[in-house]
Amino acid sequence: MFDTLTLAQLPPEDEALRPAIRAFIEQHIAAIPMDRRARSWQGFSAEFSRALGAAGFLGLTLPKEYGGHGKGPFARFVVVEELLCAGAPVAAHWIADRQSAPLLLNFGTEAQRSKHIPAICRGEQLFCIGMSEPGSGSDLASVRTRADRTGRGWVVNGQKIWTTNAMHSDYMIALVRTSGTSADRQAGLSQLIIDLKAPGVTVRPIVDLTGDAHFAEVFFENVELDQDTLVGAEGEGWKQVVAELAFERSGPERIYSSVVLLDAWIRHLQAVGRSDCAALVGRLTAELATLRAMSIACTARLVAGESPVVEASIVKDRGTGFEQELPVVIGDDLAAHPDEAVSEELYRTLLYVTHIAPSFSLRGGTREILRGIIARGMGLR
Amino acid sequence: MDINELLEPFVRMLDAAATPAVVRAIEHGGSVDALWQEIAESGFLDALVAEEHGGAGLSLADIEPLIEALGARAVPLPVAETMVARALLASAGVAAPEGPIVLVTSLAQPVPCGLVAHAALVDCGDALMLCEMAALVPQPTGVTNALAARLSGTPDGIRLPRPASGLRAIGAVLRAALIAGAAAQLCDVTTAYASERVQFGKPIGRQQSLQQMLALMAEDMIACRIAAQMGASRGLDVPIATAATAKSTASAAAPRIAATAHAVHGAIGISEEYDLQLLTRRLHEWRMADGSEGYWSQVLGQQRLGSDATSVDWVRQAVFA
Repeated sequence: MFDTLTLAQLPPEDEALRPAIRAFIEQHIAAIPMDRRARSWQGFSAEFSRALGAAGFLGLTLPKEYGGHGKGPFARFVVVEELLCAGAPVAAHWIADRQSAPLLLNFGTEAQRSKHIPAICRGEQLFCIGMSEPGSGSDLASVRTRADRTGRGWVVNGQKIWTTNAMHSDYMIALVRTSGTSADRQAGLSQLIIDLKAPGVTVRPIVDLTGDAHFAEVFFENVELDQDTLVGAEGEGWKQVVAELAFERSGPERIYSSVVLLDAWIRHLQAVGRSDCAALVGRLTAELATLRAMSIACTARLVAGESPVVEASIVKDRGTGFEQELPVVIGDDLAAHPDEAVSEELYRTLLYVTHIAPSFSLRGGTREILRGIIARGMGLR
Repeated sequence: MDINELLEPFVRMLDAAATPAVVRAIEHGGSVDALWQEIAESGFLDALVAEEHGGAGLSLADIEPLIEALGARAVPLPVAETMVARALLASAGVAAPEGPIVLVTSLAQPVPCGLVAHAALVDCGDALMLCEMAALVPQPTGVTNALAARLSGTPDGIRLPRPASGLRAIGAVLRAALIAGAAAQLCDVTTAYASERVQFGKPIGRQQSLQQMLALMAEDMIACRIAAQMGASRGLDVPIATAATAKSTASAAAPRIAATAHAVHGAIGISEEYDLQLLTRRLHEWRMADGSEGYWSQVLGQQRLGSDATSVDWVRQAVFA
């Protein structure tokens, strides 16, 4: 079962990227406090993303002719791993670099590729993904936002919600219905590139329980789009989205979201000279190592040219479980020593991760949906 | 070498020689000689022995899938242990005894397959000692159908150099691979059972609650496999941190995997005549052998706390590098 998901190694030529990205990170984020860095891939800095693009760390897997670097998914793994472990603010370019550019490369027209991919590689065009709607969460095929043909292209009406970084983005790649009704399910869905500055688009940030506004609701009222905003084939949107989700779900961001907290806690234990929780530290370290090996194994399937939808779900479900366990056990450990001082920064980091952790198994597909995908891969559905 | 060139003949041999009926007969006190002879004649026992000593010169990583195959069939002999012992003996210039050899890392707790071994390679802390099994007075544990033995006495025999991390680290990697193999087989049979067994007018595997349980079981199975492969990737000089990761992950998963397999099978799964128990009893035995998840987590955590590196850097250097 899932026989191809086996141990894989990061090639030396991709490992060789590590010193340069580490030096870049050290130069740019040393001043960011820990509880900000704990935002991980939700930390937003357009300036940081542009600097990263200028330094050659965006578009690693994209072809050189579009401003990319012609490397493989392993190279991206190395760079992304370093960024996440440092808690670098990567949100601005994250979605464009991870899935929008590969989507356009696979399915886009030549004009779309040259308009967007080089700018994505420079960190200058920011993308968001329009999937969820008020009535369509896990049941994504029920989306109601419509695009109808006009003489010169499309007109879009409807609403998206929980769209990460919509208020900072230049474009949304939206999953919309172009024919039929939601009763037709996966048939009749298409992906469109929507310029978020177009007339008729309204973006309203939504504040989350930590006080951050990283997601938003987006309204479309008679938004006129050109013909060449359709990505891929009309009616093939579902298939394209599924392929895109393999990119979205397979990366190391699904195991490292709480790693800044883990490191902060271990530094605390070392500072107070306490080792009564060595077994817990060891258990978490073993799980981290195993998940890293699983994530690299999944990346190897991307390298082999596959779309590892089920394998990515396996890694993401287990990985987010680990990410969510960390604040629970660390909170218990710290408060199990009520007479031991905890720094303000560690305390804020712990509580930030504690409060945001439920999102880890919601974003990019809920735990229950992922397990359903795995069960289908096992032949149970 | 293509792994399938190695694995296929081995699996074919095991499927013919180590059927569930044979496994049961041995567990019930029958002779291991016929099965051992098949395995010995296959030539695989010297897989890890260097070519200059007449072996196949394969690495532990090369044969890890073979160990999984042993685990998947609940083979009631210390085959992987004997492969390791013969490699260590050969590199020390010591002639290997015929027959199965167990690796002994403690006399305090039962040793799997101790009742069917002819010899023991004992880790004495500063050296290894090759002993005849009889010298360690193997005694049954009293656990029904178990082949583990309680050992006693003072090991005495031929001394040979001890690998840097000791036998327990190697044993831990072998157990992790055996667990991974049994886990894969349990995933297959449990999924198949869930697809066949009809209740409420449909296969129970169509129920979302079972699908979610089985998905978790598959995740645990994959984690065991990859952790075991990571352990085996470092050969017989496996660093403690790598062995600890492999065994901690596999041992923690083993009881969960056994529990789900039984939960899905219902009452028939705990009956003696049904094959499931051959595998789930092994999972619990291997989980405890050569250190449980608690032991290895403690070892790993103490190493980790001694370093200033960040977690991922430390893992890269200590576990992967």
